[in-house]
Amino acid sequence: MLSDQDRIFTNLYGQNDWGLNGARARGDWDGTAAILARGRDALIEEMKASGLRGRGGAGFPTGLKWSFMPKTSDGRPSYLVINADESEPGTCKDRDILRHDPHKLIEGALIASFAMGAHACYIYIRGEFYNEACVLEAAVMQAYEAGLIGRDACGSGFAFDLFVHRGAGAYICGEETALLESLEGKKGMPRLKPPFPAACGLYGCPTTVNNVESIAVVPTIMRRGAAWFSALGRPKNTGTKLFCISGHVNKPCNVEEELGIPLRELIERYCGGVRGGWDNLLAVIPGGSSVPLLPKSICDTVLMDFDSLRDVQSGLGTAAVIVMDKSTDIIRAIARLAHFYKHESCGQCTPCREGTGWMMRMLDRMVEGRAEPEEIDVLYQVTKKVEGHTICALGDAAAWPIQGLLRHFRPEVEARLAAYAGRHSLAAA
Amino acid sequence: MTDQTPLNGQAVPVPQPAHFAFDEESRAEIDRTLAKYPPGKQASAVLPVLYIAQRQMGRVTGSPWLPLVAMDAVADVLSMPKIRVYEVATFYTMFNLRPIGRYHLQICTTTPCWLRGSDAVVAACRRATGIKGWHETSADGLFTMSEVECLGACVNAPIVQVNDDFYEDLDHDSTLALIEALRRGEAPPPGSRAGRQNSAPTGGPATLTTLENLGPDVPADHPPAFGTARYPNPATLDVK
Repeated sequence: MLSDQDRIFTNLYGQNDWGLNGARARGDWDGTAAILARGRDALIEEMKASGLRGRGGAGFPTGLKWSFMPKTSDGRPSYLVINADESEPGTCKDRDILRHDPHKLIEGALIASFAMGAHACYIYIRGEFYNEACVLEAAVMQAYEAGLIGRDACGSGFAFDLFVHRGAGAYICGEETALLESLEGKKGMPRLKPPFPAACGLYGCPTTVNNVESIAVVPTIMRRGAAWFSALGRPKNTGTKLFCISGHVNKPCNVEEELGIPLRELIERYCGGVRGGWDNLLAVIPGGSSVPLLPKSICDTVLMDFDSLRDVQSGLGTAAVIVMDKSTDIIRAIARLAHFYKHESCGQCTPCREGTGWMMRMLDRMVEGRAEPEEIDVLYQVTKKVEGHTICALGDAAAWPIQGLLRHFRPEVEARLAAYAGRHSLAAA
Repeated sequence: MTDQTPLNGQAVPVPQPAHFAFDEESRAEIDRTLAKYPPGKQASAVLPVLYIAQRQMGRVTGSPWLPLVAMDAVADVLSMPKIRVYEVATFYTMFNLRPIGRYHLQICTTTPCWLRGSDAVVAACRRATGIKGWHETSADGLFTMSEVECLGACVNAPIVQVNDDFYEDLDHDSTLALIEALRRGEAPPPGSRAGRQNSAPTGGPATLTTLENLGPDVPADHPPAFGTARYPNPATLDVK
């Protein structure tokens, strides 16, 4: 079990002041100038050594991502863009950072921007987080007034501007290139890659897009060292992580734990267990709505990290754990996610625009049982036609939950269809 | 993406005002906003300036929405073709393309909220307001009900966002009570209805209990007051 001394987000629940005084009492902004004085290369090497993998879902190594930024400018400015468009169903971790520990994010933004030679950073925060954006703006204001950011950030001579930009209700803007399009004042439609943002991002300039949590852990890694961070968790899955446990547990909550904690321990230690006991568990979506669900048999033993969950054909995603007990209509639970992806498809790629609607309508019929048994295979084939055939990963994200349902709960779907057929053959007789 | 047509699928033409001009308060906010973006990149401000227009409509008419003339004014301020502004305004769900009530009940029904009883919350909203379908406004003009996708507060599900504020850990009865309080013109404090601290587990945190000196207590003015920006938008500072 992670000790409180090794927790990074010590104001996770907003027990104390989020402002600069509170942040300083918790150790933020301590010796930031000295961290910057280590130099760009040293900071990037420290990040690589920490093993931090991006906390936004894909799990790409953060230090490596930073190293893709140009070392010398060709005249174009570089940008850091922080993705605070937290919209993945089940996920609510960045919200707590934004409203309760904004200075961790701001300090991290400064260090990361310095390491990448970016003098400006935008934080793209989802529009619904209005109050969170107000807190963040106020914290940015405090940092400017204290000289921590601005013309001479922390007295380092490095000029750094930080701007908060609110989105307006579009899940797709959590995709990094859609986010950049949105930030440029357009519809949030993903761009083809390559070119990758590090070569051609915001306004055609070198840009790195990082998740809020990835950036907010940077100052603590720099102060306590990559060795401390990488000693937590498991090899290639290092450090601590904010977990959001929602659904059918007795006490849903956010909690920071080591990567690699057993799923069962996470639920039983911090959330008061599954409603009705562990044996009442039906399934868990372990990483936000986009990853395939896991039946109880896998939940019994699986560890919560990137590689362990990949090995069971699911994923850590954003570490948003959605728990479903045996009272759940699992077909309806996944059908609702199909509605979500249908609603959030930007409409740019045909397989996703049409496919999400197809999958939603087929699943809606299967919730009732109003489908032929052969259509289960048709549905699976449709998911395969969407997956991997779109510009961005939203198509994959729409397909995977359904594939998970059919992989683990096909008998339930077949039984639903058979029950409906039985009722209607009786009615016809 | 935005589907704001009534349930019968027939798009009812929205009566449009003839004029819209930014007032002084909005113009000052637009100036602060534009300073966030590099010269020549003022199109980046289209979302914030659309918000400013929508809020001004709310200030002036009591209903925050975006008539065509307001979108045209945004295009004018940002030197953008009107169609580019229409594209954006219709793509993002938070812009209201028809008038809405004083309280916009945005009810999350995505799976994490549904698992925790969002059906009962929807039923309570319908019962308390008399509204039948989505995007409809109650006869008294007080409430508009919208189904929204994940609001990003899932460990506090189910959630209803009323205007700018999240009401969390709701059930049928607490939703009825919330709506009755709004009807009486009260400003119920946002946050959990289960009496817990933000995203901490019910009964108090199981972690972060052994640390000392975590800073002063939460200031009395936190969280921000209902429906207002307690902390004014500092926008950008002159630091270039």
